[in-house]
Amino acid sequence: MSASVEVRGVTKRYGNVTAVDNVSLTIAAGEFLTLLGPSGCGKTTLLRLIAGFETPDAGSLLIGGVDITNRPPYHRPVNQVFQSYALFPHLTVGENVAFGLRMQKMPEREISQRVAESLTLVSLTDFANRHPHQLSGGQRQRVALARALAPRPQVLLLDEPLSALDAKLRRTMQLELKRLQRQLGVTFVFVTHDQEEALTMSDRIAVVNHGRIEQLGSATTIYHQPGSAFVADFLGQANLLKATVVERDLLGCVSNVRLTAGMELRLSATGVPATASQVLLSIRPEKVLVSKSRPDAENVFSAVVEEEVFQGATDYLVLAGEGGLRLNALLANESAINESIVRGDKVWFALHADDLVVVETG
Amino acid sequence: MHAFEISHPATDRRHPRWRAWLLLAPMLVWLVAFVVVPTAILFVYSFCERDEMGRVIFSFTLENYQRVFDPIYLRVFIRSIAYAGVVTAICVVVGFPVAYCIARAREEWRQKLLLLVMVPFWTSFLIRTYAWITILKQEGLLNDLIKLLPFSVAPFDLLYTPTAVIIGLVYTYLPFMILPIFGSAEKLDIAMIEAAHDLGAGPLRVFSSVVIPLTMPGIAAGVLLVFVPAIGMFAITDLMGGARVPMIGNVIQNQFLQARDWPFGAALGMVFMGMFALTYWILLRMRRSEAIT
Repeated sequence: MSASVEVRGVTKRYGNVTAVDNVSLTIAAGEFLTLLGPSGCGKTTLLRLIAGFETPDAGSLLIGGVDITNRPPYHRPVNQVFQSYALFPHLTVGENVAFGLRMQKMPEREISQRVAESLTLVSLTDFANRHPHQLSGGQRQRVALARALAPRPQVLLLDEPLSALDAKLRRTMQLELKRLQRQLGVTFVFVTHDQEEALTMSDRIAVVNHGRIEQLGSATTIYHQPGSAFVADFLGQANLLKATVVERDLLGCVSNVRLTAGMELRLSATGVPATASQVLLSIRPEKVLVSKSRPDAENVFSAVVEEEVFQGATDYLVLAGEGGLRLNALLANESAINESIVRGDKVWFALHADDLVVVETG
Repeated sequence: MHAFEISHPATDRRHPRWRAWLLLAPMLVWLVAFVVVPTAILFVYSFCERDEMGRVIFSFTLENYQRVFDPIYLRVFIRSIAYAGVVTAICVVVGFPVAYCIARAREEWRQKLLLLVMVPFWTSFLIRTYAWITILKQEGLLNDLIKLLPFSVAPFDLLYTPTAVIIGLVYTYLPFMILPIFGSAEKLDIAMIEAAHDLGAGPLRVFSSVVIPLTMPGIAAGVLLVFVPAIGMFAITDLMGGARVPMIGNVIQNQFLQARDWPFGAALGMVFMGMFALTYWILLRMRRSEAIT
């Protein structure tokens, strides 16, 4: 697939704060890419650089193969959905959607046709004559989307567009955004700090931290093979365990490590460093297999249930193992009459070698 | 379904009505004493006659109103409106960029800049007007500065000209334009401007289709605050115009103080006020119909 957006070594500083630090990123045409990171990580600045609201101190930006680094925002084939929606309060919904088309000097007849199309796309056909203040938050969000899509941009930029909606509406909109993106084939660059949003919609996720991209990959890759402790912890929950390498085979494929708590674990992860070096392991809470009877598996240890929280679909456990080891575990509540694990129970837990990921070495 | 109580407005009146009136009383007294009564007196006077001594004789005549529509006074009315219009237009053109820049300035600068706009109010209006006279007169500051230029320019003879009147009026009323526009511009969300840019609007289009419409309430308030008093102003036209270009304010003032024809002055005042009421009412109607569509 051809490249839609190319970010080449872009740096942006504010005073002595480096908001975006030498970032390079290629986004394919028709891709749904999410910039995910905590607030202040530089993800919004990166988006604003692509939109043209900021100019980079170094590096260049290409859209559809054309260098647009020095072009003002009104000469870039991108449109943005703003976090605050930024709908023009003095214009009706229809006029808002038509705004970008008027700027393109499109004939009036085509404009009204395109406005109707765009409003149909977001299921707001009957709202063209209303003013933004007469709409609900969710409806405004849709208008913002229709307005940004109407001029048919090559790239749609979305700056935390769902953050002002309630949880239920947000879920619906996530799916709808994904549907729209697939239907239209437009490149979406979506900024969020919500990992669930990122996992639900993205083809690829770029995890941003301190102005750099920590890891770039599909949702499943990033979730199951986090490249750093930050990624493991930010995307979902993670148990981070410090360990020392005891031995490894010649290929570095199978190895044994000793946790600071004292237990020895077998790993099947690649990239394990030489014997005696320190590593940081990560395992997802739902991968910690807990049972009352000792399972027939590798890396099995015993623990006491220190905390047990019922969460509806899942049960959240805090396990206290030997040597002061603390582990979070997530258990599916498969049936109500299942033998339940409660606080104070003595249980066994297994850490499958494939589920243990080395996130840091050194 | 009827589990919750529905309070009835008639039975829920915990505070008797007279208490509300009591709270409003100071303002009502003020309004009656300083607005209603004087206007009523003027209204009555405008139908009266006067004797040779300038005393008001209570009778009923429409003669005063007939005189108002004498071409001499109509010309003064039109001239006043024209001057006030020019002054208002200059105030918008000069005041808007100032107000907009202050509103867009950094937070810690905003209050200081706004203070600078209001500093002139700390000095008496008359003293400031005399200051302008010293600047504009033939041997004044402006011509002294012109003499310093390397090439020779004929000295300006600005004082007691229509230009001087307009300079004086613009100077006096500019803050009343800047403050309300500042209020609107400060509330203007920067994301609106970015959104317009993002949708392909260049700087001029952003200004005309987003910035102007969204600061319109401030501009309208400023226009009203400048235009209305500028029409009636008499001190500046007297002092800086040398009474050569009488405005409606001067004429009314003359009737009361020099000509001692109070009934005619009152009639002029009533017509003047009626005109404003009418314009304001039309503007209000236009606003309302705009809001509905």
